[in-house]
Amino acid sequence: MMRLEGALPLWRKEVLRFWKVAFQTVAAPVLTALLYLLIFGHVLEDHVQVFPGVGYTSFLIPGLVMMSVLQNAFANSSSSLIQSKITGNLVFLLVTPLSPAAWYLAYVGAAVVRGLAVGSGVLLVTVWFAPPGVAEPGWIVVFALLGAGILGTFGLIAGLWAEKFDQLAAFQNFIIMPMTFLSGVFYSVHSLPAFWQGVSHLNPFFYMIDGFRRGFFGVSDVSPWLSLAVVATSFVVVAAIALRLLATSYKIRP
Amino acid sequence: MPAAIAFSHVSKTYRGARGTLRALDDVSLEIAPGEFFGLLGPNGAGKTTLISILAGLTCASAGTATVMGHDVVADYAAARKSLGIVPQELVFDPFFSVRETLRIQSGYFGVKDNDAWIDEVLAELGLADKAGANMRQLSGGMKRRVLVAQALVHRPPVIVLDEPTAGVDVELRQTLWRFIARLNREGHTVLLTTHYLEEAEALCARIAMLKQGRIVALDRTSALLAGAASTMLRFKTDDVLPPALAARARVTGRIAQLKAHDAGEVEAHLAALRAGGVRVEDLEIGRADLEDVFVEIMSGARAAVPAAGEAA
Repeated sequence: MMRLEGALPLWRKEVLRFWKVAFQTVAAPVLTALLYLLIFGHVLEDHVQVFPGVGYTSFLIPGLVMMSVLQNAFANSSSSLIQSKITGNLVFLLVTPLSPAAWYLAYVGAAVVRGLAVGSGVLLVTVWFAPPGVAEPGWIVVFALLGAGILGTFGLIAGLWAEKFDQLAAFQNFIIMPMTFLSGVFYSVHSLPAFWQGVSHLNPFFYMIDGFRRGFFGVSDVSPWLSLAVVATSFVVVAAIALRLLATSYKIRP
Repeated sequence: MPAAIAFSHVSKTYRGARGTLRALDDVSLEIAPGEFFGLLGPNGAGKTTLISILAGLTCASAGTATVMGHDVVADYAAARKSLGIVPQELVFDPFFSVRETLRIQSGYFGVKDNDAWIDEVLAELGLADKAGANMRQLSGGMKRRVLVAQALVHRPPVIVLDEPTAGVDVELRQTLWRFIARLNREGHTVLLTTHYLEEAEALCARIAMLKQGRIVALDRTSALLAGAASTMLRFKTDDVLPPALAARARVTGRIAQLKAHDAGEVEAHLAALRAGGVRVEDLEIGRADLEDVFVEIMSGARAAVPAAGEAA
């Protein structure tokens, strides 16, 4: 049986950790997304129409929300772990009876909360510019949760693997950032040449954003059920990897 | 009743880019419930590695370790609930206050509504007025006290202190030892590593000495001291000792100590000092202390592991 004792206090601690510095961990990424919207929206509004009847600024909002959810979920678990490893206070967790499942739920749970908090913030400040509407709200919730869960898990894996801040930054800048940017946050993949469309379809992040956007507009590049299948499978795979690393105390109990 | 702490044929090898290092070599040791046990050895002897295996901070390459009968790997949750460890490094989580830190740590062990015990520990460690302070605002000594408190939040029957008084002022040392001695009287088992041998001599009923990953001495403190069986000639001087004496003396600043097995040897030392024109002050003849035993054992002059030395 899975032993989850201690998971809730660790989750609460992880949430408090980012909440105590919310200016940096929540407000700052909301501002960044707002700037993206103002600049790209202003420049491209009259030049690009992705879906019929949907203005570019409206189209952009769900993409920016999802990008913020994903990046902040990743940032939360990864930065918390690497900080604890480097400052040495991970020892306070290592000496406890917390099971791998409890570690996983607490770190990824807190990452999901941070991702959703930032995503809600972005939605709140951008929605006034060009309300995207809500066509199928179930998809919004499902893809926000799964996306945050996957990236929170990625952050956990990266935090366990990285030994230095620059290794973590490399993970973030060379894997997470390109995959989010090339997933159709700023465009529909249908506007790409055939080859790049094919490449985009290999990127699981594409399905997260496409499925999420479906919830707002009722239109998407691929079927939301296909997106759900890809995203859910990805979640199971990365969660299994993370749990395995925790169970073998990868790099944390030498 | 199982041993409070047991190591059975524990070895630890670190493999790195610069080759392998055998940090522990077939260490077996049992500590009975309620004991106050000292683990001594020079830097790099393997003390912290041994403790880290017990606490689940590192994994043994071979052998097993148990806390209150619970295997530290197979039954890690029960083993860790039975153990409170004060790490050597001064680490803290800068996001939280002292009370938050202790509540969070209690939560990890599944202990709820722990404020009464937290308050008691804070009071015993002289931290009561710091409960609301952020960890970053505390001095080094205060942070050290919080580390001790963190190790005790779940009332573990076995307490491990890894050089808790390194770089700590006299007041904290006294506060700490008063509290730890109380816990020991109440039945807690205490395992202590320290570089302060007078502390070990005063507190620990039994002692193991580690050298290069092996146990080189394991006995009751009184037996170790009795085994030294020699007297020490101590004096202060500003002069240089004659070469024959200098080779045998232990010198700490102005204080020189010379081992003497009998009155004849004392006389010979004094004659050599006189002949060398050495002016001495505060001359005294005393029994060897733990430091003398330690130096003797570490220099390889003597082994002190009784044949059935594993039992308490």
